Amino acid sequence: MTVLTSPVRSKKIVINKTWCKGCGICAALCSGVLIIDSSGKAAVVNAAQCTACGKCITHCPDFAISIRED
Amino acid sequence: MQGNAERYLNKERLPHIWCPGCGNGIVLGALIRAFDKMGVDQDKTVVISGIGCSSRASGYLDFNSMHTTHGRALAFATGIKLARPEINVFVLMGDGDASAIGGNHLIHAARRNIDITTVIFNNSIYGMTGGQYSPLTPRDCRATTAPYGTVERPFDLAGLAQAAGATYVGRATTYHTGLLTRLIISGACHKGFSVIEAVTACPVSFGRRNEMGSGHEMLMWQKEHGVPVEKAKHLTPEEMKDKFIIGELHKSVAPEYTEIYGQLIKKAQCSYKGE
Repeated sequence: MTVLTSPVRSKKIVINKTWCKGCGICAALCSGVLIIDSSGKAAVVNAAQCTACGKCITHCPDFAISIRED
Repeated sequence: MQGNAERYLNKERLPHIWCPGCGNGIVLGALIRAFDKMGVDQDKTVVISGIGCSSRASGYLDFNSMHTTHGRALAFATGIKLARPEINVFVLMGDGDASAIGGNHLIHAARRNIDITTVIFNNSIYGMTGGQYSPLTPRDCRATTAPYGTVERPFDLAGLAQAAGATYVGRATTYHTGLLTRLIISGACHKGFSVIEAVTACPVSFGRRNEMGSGHEMLMWQKEHGVPVEKAKHLTPEEMKDKFIIGELHKSVAPEYTEIYGQLIKKAQCSYKGE
């Protein structure tokens, strides 16, 4: 699991790399925060821009993304 | 993941078998969030599915569930609901499962208005068996069995369910996940047969053959082509060409099957006892 912190809201975007299939839906919906990295899985690149809107969670077909409060 | 809703997932069976970008997981996510918002009791709920990619969904849920024969999920569900009317019964089917192999079960469950909530994953194709066209594949779209495009007209599944007697009908897409969750909740709370059509993407078997791009691009297609009911009222037929209406499409009140059946049993018992 990769855990990165969004300092703005003290929320953590958590990506379950075991479940992620790297479809890229999250990265396309939220290109400022998420990418598909060289391993072919979703990764957080800019946690500070995350507004915790939850769109990546509801549109992830693999249940691989969650946002947790600190 | 899905916060409290994740308690409804059978996490031991994840990751699921669906392809990268497949919308079935998005529909399943909307479903478990609906369960969470309703506070569904797992011990008083049964989830039943048929055959196909989408019907794998019941196996990823932590419920008493049945993965039944092709097209027959509603037949099994009808039996369970009649035997135990107090149980919440949810049925998950694909477009081919519901409208072709199980088309008869669909129209007769609708005609009976039995209190079952049915979520139909409409990806416009038979994905698991290799991309054959289904009764919901749009005209002129390509499939392995229609390399030059289908010549058949597709069913309007929501219209079919309504015409057959379903008393709650809604449609949403995997882009409009909030709407999908709301419709599932409304359908489950409705007394009678509820059909929720979830328009979902199959990037591998349908999207690729029809040059619709990746899972994300198909999601954007849904955003652009799904028109909310209220907005659609103000659009001309020309503006609605190639688009489809999403939202609550039909709601009515009619006698529910298990209630009438229960009354009949009481009447027959009284008659037998000579009361």
